[in-house]
Formats: sequence, structure tokens, C-alpha cells
Amino acid sequence: MKDFIEGSEAIARVVALCKPGVISAYPITPQTHIVEFLAEMVAEGKLKSQFVNVESEHSAASAVLGAVATGQRVFTASSSQGLILMSEVLFNAAGMRMPVVLVCVNRALSAPINIWNDHQDSMALRDSGVIQLYGESNQEVADLILQAYRLAEDPHILLPVMVCLDGYILSHGYEVVDIPEEDKVLGFLPDFNPPERLDPADPKSFGPLAGPEYYMEIRHDLHQALKRALALIPEVATQFAHIFGRNSGGLVEPYQLEGAEMAIVAAGSVCGTIKETIDTLRAKGKKVGLLRIITYRPFPEEEIIQNLLKVPMVAVLDRSISLGATGPIYCDIRAVFQGQKPSPKISGFIAGLGGRDITPDTIMEIFERLPGSQVSDQFIGLKDGD
Amino acid sequence: MFEHLLSPGHTACAGCGQSLAARLVIDAAGPNTIVVNNTGCLEVFSTTYPDSAWQVPFIHSLFENAAAVASGVEAALRQSGRIDDIRVIAQAGDGGTADIGFQALSGMWERGHDVLSVCYDNEAYMNTGVQRSGLTPLYTSTTTSPYGRVLPGNLRPKKNMVEIAVAHGIPYVATASVGFPLDLQRKVKKAISIRGPKFIHIHVPCPLGWRHEPSLTYQIARLAVETCLFPLIEYEEGVLTGVHTITAPKPVEDYLKLQGRFRHLFKPGNEGLVSEIQKIADQNRERYHLTKKVENGSH
Amino acid sequence: MEKPITASPGSAQRNKTGTWRIENRPQFLQKNCIACRLCVLICPEGIVAGKEKNTFQTDYRYCKGCGLCAAVCPKKDIVMVPETSKENTES
Repeated sequence: MKDFIEGSEAIARVVALCKPGVISAYPITPQTHIVEFLAEMVAEGKLKSQFVNVESEHSAASAVLGAVATGQRVFTASSSQGLILMSEVLFNAAGMRMPVVLVCVNRALSAPINIWNDHQDSMALRDSGVIQLYGESNQEVADLILQAYRLAEDPHILLPVMVCLDGYILSHGYEVVDIPEEDKVLGFLPDFNPPERLDPADPKSFGPLAGPEYYMEIRHDLHQALKRALALIPEVATQFAHIFGRNSGGLVEPYQLEGAEMAIVAAGSVCGTIKETIDTLRAKGKKVGLLRIITYRPFPEEEIIQNLLKVPMVAVLDRSISLGATGPIYCDIRAVFQGQKPSPKISGFIAGLGGRDITPDTIMEIFERLPGSQVSDQFIGLKDGD
Repeated sequence: MFEHLLSPGHTACAGCGQSLAARLVIDAAGPNTIVVNNTGCLEVFSTTYPDSAWQVPFIHSLFENAAAVASGVEAALRQSGRIDDIRVIAQAGDGGTADIGFQALSGMWERGHDVLSVCYDNEAYMNTGVQRSGLTPLYTSTTTSPYGRVLPGNLRPKKNMVEIAVAHGIPYVATASVGFPLDLQRKVKKAISIRGPKFIHIHVPCPLGWRHEPSLTYQIARLAVETCLFPLIEYEEGVLTGVHTITAPKPVEDYLKLQGRFRHLFKPGNEGLVSEIQKIADQNRERYHLTKKVENGSH
Repeated sequence: MEKPITASPGSAQRNKTGTWRIENRPQFLQKNCIACRLCVLICPEGIVAGKEKNTFQTDYRYCKGCGLCAAVCPKKDIVMVPETSKENTES
């Protein structure tokens, strides 16, 4: 059913459709509306779920870990400092193969403290073993949540999945979103039935100490599970399209890459601006395109190579920075083309940190700079120039 | 094979007070219990991959979050309608209770989860090498508060976790000791029969960290109680209702002299330090009426 | 095939900690025992078992030789003897 609602509300409504048994969160701007909508639904009896108001994000992630280990579907959400605070638990949850689904409302990291959008928070978790999906629109984010549960709980995966959306831009933006019907959700998402759980009927021990003679194999298994997700994610997206009738999710989305001479690689809502800019430029005869990253972890190496191999110049737009090095997506893309022939010229651009607006002019500037010398950490839009 | 819910084959030190306490606790709680454990000796020696000594469902996540994980376990049991049949225990050492685990514990108590929290207090971070914690007693020599030429060991008294628990308004708070194993088990059984948050603070000697013979674990635990340094008390709904009376309290020296971590207190010139420890014992005796029977369970 | 990351209940029992004993082992004299069960309660490994008086015994496959049973027995009916003593028999 279509409704003109705030992104946070769309997320809350879709989460409610998935019927998590335990929800636990700690407030942080700009995640707050999501959990407030959920709290209201619980208070009104519309969602029968345990809502645990914990005293920090570390405890929020811990509570959902305990609940999912006990066999309940769960939900949590955070941003920025909160996400970093719960990161210890998220690394741990991945290692323990706990299918926690969480939303990250992307926000910049302190210091300085800044409540506006960029991707530094979720990018800081790229080593954690948590699957990362980036939505471009409120519709896609809502759809990704359904797909996230399906993916996380798959018995061959059993990993935390984090759906990322741009803070304020998407979370507080109003769009028309089609909220799925309950019966269709039931058809897409089976009941949560973990192979192992905390139960006196079958008393297992979770979270052992594994010494040097055992640890590496277990981490290797974890790594392989993430790589298996590369095959399952497109399958889930196809299943989704089949049941709900629209394309959402997947590994990457190519846009106007046919015959492109220049391409931008980016993730999140900025891709909307990029697509519009590309349309404008294409109308003027410029052969430009976009490769949108939807799944960032696991990293879709093959899809990226396939889509960009024939593009002579690629600009990676990171809304984040691995300080002291380059943007994280740039770093991964550049590595992927090592040894590939032909290999595009790849330049890395940093824009939109701390909520600084990325406009069509920003995108134009990137396309203008791209043919110049190769750069790896070029900040675009700094007030005092380069 | 063994009727105990914590089986042998774990790798605790010989004479470990914590392994003894853990077994007494889980045996008293019974098989319909889920145990959530913070990082520490107990979790390490009882669940070294690929084995486990636990015969109940058990989960270890991190160092500071047992109470938060237990909150989630309890919420899940509540959601599935099994909270009346299955007990949840969140356990930790002194560090995981009073220091790094304090926030999560306070949150769990404040929210009123139906969970029994247990503190295995061996008065230092034993798993990592006997470092000082918030529950390390005054003048104890630990590896991060060693006795030396200019410092006499740990400079602070124990944080009063019992009073903190009582201040949270939880229905049952008690101390226990491996020197009084039946009393410990009675308190565990009582605690799990009460709904809501409960806290049991168990004093557990550590032969390695306290530097005593393994065979003295029981005797030393009893002396801690008999010198009034570790009172055995119970609070129900915020009222002191149970006190283990000590008819003739022993001088603190009897307890201190058996442990290498207090050896420096017996050097000539350190008598003043021992008097300060005796003062703590005397204050406990006053505060909890350890030497007289309490009328009508109130003070 | 992924390695399991959970452990089965009581699987630690295959670790025979009795090999830790190098000095002394408890000998249960089974003469003056009053079946107070303090030895059963106090053993950190939980391996002392028995029913009536003079039937209590430990499990030498796991006994670490801590000596607590001997230390707490009110009738001194448990004594620590050298591990290599001729009187010793494996249980």
C-alpha cells in the first residue's frame, strides 16, 4: 500500500511486518524516529514485541545478540558514535554467527561532533563480518530490510546484516513508499528457525575460547560465509522482485554504463543526484554512467570488474575517508583492478562529509577533473579550495 | 555421566574458589537455566574450544555485556512465553560486575529484568594476571597496585556492590561465600524463586592470585566472613532480613596472614595498615549487626 | 563443511585433569566417615561421590590434588598421600 511518509516511518512499518520478537535500541540522531515509531506501535498493541530500552548502544546490540541466540528475530538501529560504540558487539555477533538485522542511519563521526550525513560510521565496520547494504531511496531501504532478514537468517549465511541509509536525506525525507502487504511478506520471509539456540532441551555452549590451533579455521569459515552471500544476495533480490514486483537490492546497479567513457562509482542517496546529472550530460552527448554499489560487504568484486572493465575512466565518489589513506570504496575498487587488462584509470574523490551537500555541480566537477591527472584522495567542495 | 551441571574436565586451577562457586550455583539453579557469562577465568576454563563443561545452555559474548545479553535472553523468553519455566543467570567476576560490566548491570537492574546476577568476587582481574579492580580490598598487593617502597598496595576500599544493588530497588540482594556452601545454595534457590532482578555477591578465594595453598580455599573463605571483612547478609525488598551472626569475630590478622597478597602488611612498621583493615571489619560489624541478632528483620 | 562454533554439554569431560596431579592425591580412608557430604560439596571439580558412611570416593581421572576434601573433612578421614605411594590404586 502506497503512503507518503517519512523514511523512518517506512522502515518502522516494514520492520513491524517482519515481526521481530525483541527490539532494543538506544537513541541517537538521526536514528531516533525509527525506534520511536516502533515504540508507538508496541504501545498501541499493533506490534507484539519486547521493546527493551537499554542504557547504551553497546547494550542494545548485546541485548539483540542474546535474544537472537535464544531464537527470536530481532531489530536494532544506530548511527555514528552509537554504531561505533556497538561495533565491539557487532564484530562479536558476526564471529558468533548471530543473524542480527540492524539499520544504520548514516551520520558523520566525531570529532568534531556532527549529526549530519556521511558514510564514515558504516564504513568503519567494513572489517567486521557484518553484511552492508546501501539503499538509494526510502523505497529501496524499506525493501532491503525485508531482504536483510531473509539473507541474515539463511542457514547457509547466519550473519548480521546492516541496512544503511543516509541520515536526514532519507531518514527524515518524505517519499511515496509502497509498504508491502502482510501476506506477501509471509510468502517471502519464512519464520525464524535458527539451527542452534539457547534451550535447556538441547544445552549448547556459545562463545568459547579458541586457541591458535582452532581460531583461523573458524575465521576462514566466517569469511567464506560472507562470500557465499555474494551468490545469495542477487537470488534474494530476484525472489523479491518476483513477489513484490519491483527491483530493489542486489549487488550493484549499473546506470547508463553502455558505451560510457567515464563512470562514477558511489553508494547511497547521492546516486539519485548522480543519475539526474548523468541524464543531463547524456542529453548533451557526454558518454557518462554510474555504477551504484548496493552491497559493499561482501565486496562484489566480479560485478565491479564486469561493469567497469571497458570504461576508460572511473571516478569513485566516497562519502567517507579512511584517514591517512583514501576513501574506502576507492581503495577496494583500485585493488580489484590490479592485474586486470585493460584497467580503467581510477581516481578517488571525497565529498559530502559531515552533511556537506553534494549537488549536480559537485558531480559535474568530478567529471571535469577525471580526465586530468589521476588522484586518489581529492576532496571536492572544500571551502578554502584544493 | 556426572549429576553436576558443571562437569569436571574444566581447566580451573586446583582449589579454584570460582569453579567451586560456579558449580554450587548451577547445581542449585537446576537444568532449566540459561547461563550468560562475561569474559574471565570462569568462561575461559569452562569453555575452551571445542569443549564445554556446562550441561545447561551457556553463552559468552564479551567482557562487559553479560547483563545486557541476559536482558535480551530474558526478553526472548518472555516473548516466547517461556519466562516462567526457564531461569536466566548473568554471571561475571568482580571486574565484569563492578567495573567494565557495571553499566550493563545497572541498566538490567533498573529495567527490572527477571535475571539473577551473580558476582564471583576474587578481588582482582585474575584471568589477565591479578590486576586491581574496583573490588580489590584496601592495601591488597596486585600486579597493578603492587606493594613497593612508596606505595602500600591498593589505596581504595572495595566498592559496595550490595548497597548499590539495594539502591536499584531490586527484590533480592545477598552475599555468599564458598566457605558456606549450603548457605550459598540456599540463597541461589531463594533468589531464583523470586521474580525480577536478583543479585548474589559471592566471595571466592583464588589460590593463584591471593597466593595461598589450594587446600586452604575453604578455610580462607570462612575467615573472611568470621573476621567481618565479608559479611554474609540478605536484603529483601531493600530491608536487611538475613545476617549470618558471628558470635566471636576473629582479628583480621587471622585472615590476612594466610595470603601472600597481604604479606607486606606484616612487615614491621605496617601495623597501621592492618589497623585500618580492622576498622573496615569493625564498621561492617556495626553496620550489619554482625554480632547481634536482628529484631523483626529491620535495623 | 563449517567447523562448529558451539560445544556440546559436558564435552569437557574428555579432558582428564587427573594428569595434573604430580605431588599428592587424596586417600579416602572410609573408616570414620559420618557422611556429612562436605567433601562432595567442596570439591571444585565435583567428582567426590558417595551414599552411606564410608562409601565416599573421588575420581582420580579428574582429581587435581588440591587437597580441599582432606582439609575440610571433620573426621580427618581423608588424607593426602604422595602420588607415587604404593597404597594408591586407580579408581
